[in-house]
Amino acid sequence: MMRFAGIDIGSRTIELVVVDEAGEIVRSLQANTGFDLAEEVRRLINGVKYDRIMATGYGRNLFEVSFDAPTVTEIKAHARGARAFFPDARTVLDIGGQDSKVIALTESGRVKKFEMNDRCAAGTGKFMEIMARTLGFAIEDFGREALLAEKSFNISSMCTVFAESEVTSLIAKGHSRKEIARGLHESIIRRVAGMINRVSSEGDIVFTGGVANNPCIRALLEENLARRIMFPADPQSVGALGAALLAAEVS
Amino acid sequence: MSEEYRSIWADLGLDLGAHDILLGVLGKAYQDIYLAQKDRPQGMGYFDFVMSEVHGLRIKELVDEKAAGRKIIGSYCVFVPEEIVLAANATLVGLCSGADFAMEEVEKYLPRNTCALIKSSFGFKLGKVCPYLESADMIVGENTCDGKKKAYETLNELVSNLYVMDLPQVKSENSKALLKAEYNRFRKAVENLTGVTVTAESLKQAIRTVNAKRAAIHRLSSLRKADPPPISGLDALLANQVFFYDNPARFTESVNKICDELEERIKAKKGVCPEGTPRVLVSGCPQAVPNWKFPFIVETSGAVIVGEESCVGERGTRNLTDESGETVEQMMDAITERYFKVDCAIFTPNPDRLDHIQEMAAAYKADGVIHYGLQFCQPYLMESIPVEKGLEAKNIPCLRIETDYSMEDVGQLKTRIEAFIEQLR
Repeated sequence: MMRFAGIDIGSRTIELVVVDEAGEIVRSLQANTGFDLAEEVRRLINGVKYDRIMATGYGRNLFEVSFDAPTVTEIKAHARGARAFFPDARTVLDIGGQDSKVIALTESGRVKKFEMNDRCAAGTGKFMEIMARTLGFAIEDFGREALLAEKSFNISSMCTVFAESEVTSLIAKGHSRKEIARGLHESIIRRVAGMINRVSSEGDIVFTGGVANNPCIRALLEENLARRIMFPADPQSVGALGAALLAAEVS
Repeated sequence: MSEEYRSIWADLGLDLGAHDILLGVLGKAYQDIYLAQKDRPQGMGYFDFVMSEVHGLRIKELVDEKAAGRKIIGSYCVFVPEEIVLAANATLVGLCSGADFAMEEVEKYLPRNTCALIKSSFGFKLGKVCPYLESADMIVGENTCDGKKKAYETLNELVSNLYVMDLPQVKSENSKALLKAEYNRFRKAVENLTGVTVTAESLKQAIRTVNAKRAAIHRLSSLRKADPPPISGLDALLANQVFFYDNPARFTESVNKICDELEERIKAKKGVCPEGTPRVLVSGCPQAVPNWKFPFIVETSGAVIVGEESCVGERGTRNLTDESGETVEQMMDAITERYFKVDCAIFTPNPDRLDHIQEMAAAYKADGVIHYGLQFCQPYLMESIPVEKGLEAKNIPCLRIETDYSMEDVGQLKTRIEAFIEQLR
């Protein structure tokens, strides 16, 4: 029985997924990206058995060179992975460590149109990590705490650097951390909703990437868009799963 | 030889140290981007030579022309008619604006949010590294976008020989009359500079020379319709870039020679990539030497560029000037007619450009269009949205990118472009 692997080398984490010939996940591993990318990748794939592997994510070219493997962009990988969970999906939202993207798919699952965030990490996982830290929340609790707030502070800056100083000054004024957190989540939603509406105006949305684990983002997004949002079991590994399935489909 | 060039550069007032750095960067970029390509046509050897001597032999030729009493006119725009310049016995050259240089100095004169092209034209002046600019007896500015118009007011403080040409912004009879009046004013200015009066005979000859140059480029473009294309987008862009620098007759001859070779390659089904490689049409802002970042990313990501809807490309070269006029007046009318058709985004409205992009996509059998926009270039960025909508309505995929001359967004661009190419397969 052949096995196919996909590795998604992102800015914050690396995911490795192995599927069998039926496309069922047989292994799923994760590591932090760390400082020595090649070494982290080597450690992660060490001992994992597969017949073919495909790389995606911002570190894909490094993998291509070091391990002589084909690559695919995050866009196609996420589109493929999302369709594995939701075969009728036409819109995919992915918010990862340092970028966010919206992908519109054709009926057959081909990428029809996509948009990515600009150069900076505004509104991505990295942004949320820095804001959580500034507010003194563990990243795992950040969304839950924000969801508990009864009102929110409007945060006007989306730039990580400016938002951080805005947050710091709100804390200094003695405002509730939960309410500031809620404001940060809402500012991300405004940005993401704009991007979704430009690329795809209707239908259900599959939400992938690490930020999809955040309950406040999930709730606010559904409320803001009035569209059904669907979540794969392990949203962070969807890119790696897509790459593994594409590795299987290589003729 | 190189010693002789150094003394020419010194005489022109270049900053030799800074200029060495520029040539070093340019040489390395050319090596990595151009010479690293596989299966190039042999005729590209001519352009390799031209580029290796772009600040050498060609400058010596210009300096020699000046010594013989001929005048050199530098221009930043395809609206400056080369026909008029040649007819008054002067030489027209395009001025460098395809790389960041002396940016700290530039930002003393221009706001940060000015497009890379305008900033670059100032950088080459302030850094004293452009021998074309320094050998020009007249520099022609033109009222195209707001950025350029206002920048020329400032440039006028930095150079003593700036001539500013007004240009219309709508396609009406009044506008055409304005263009004609401006071209006549320009003709007088060039005549004053050279002391040579434009005659029916000299103007007719000049029209023929420039038309021949354009026709050679049309021939080259049309050969790119083949699958696989016999020439890369990078190399075809280079031919379009050298169009602005080279001696017109020699350029025409060299391009035609390359076309002879390309025709043979097409017969032998020999291309720069496998048959069926995704074909991309580029539309948008001009890409001046040495701004090769974008086509390099596209062509190292699994696609081939088959056309440029750009000033450095088909927008600039597509129409010929009618050669049938017998008097200077008639030929000035023909020149006005020809340039009035240029569908630059400074015109409002500008439906011709949208039509032309769709015509080009069909003619060159493009699988998709990438709209190349320079950050802060309001006219083209504004038009990119209707361009995208129009293409998508015809089921032609379109990707809009916005970039500048820096290298910091290469990773991001590569991901977007690769994903777009995956979409075309």
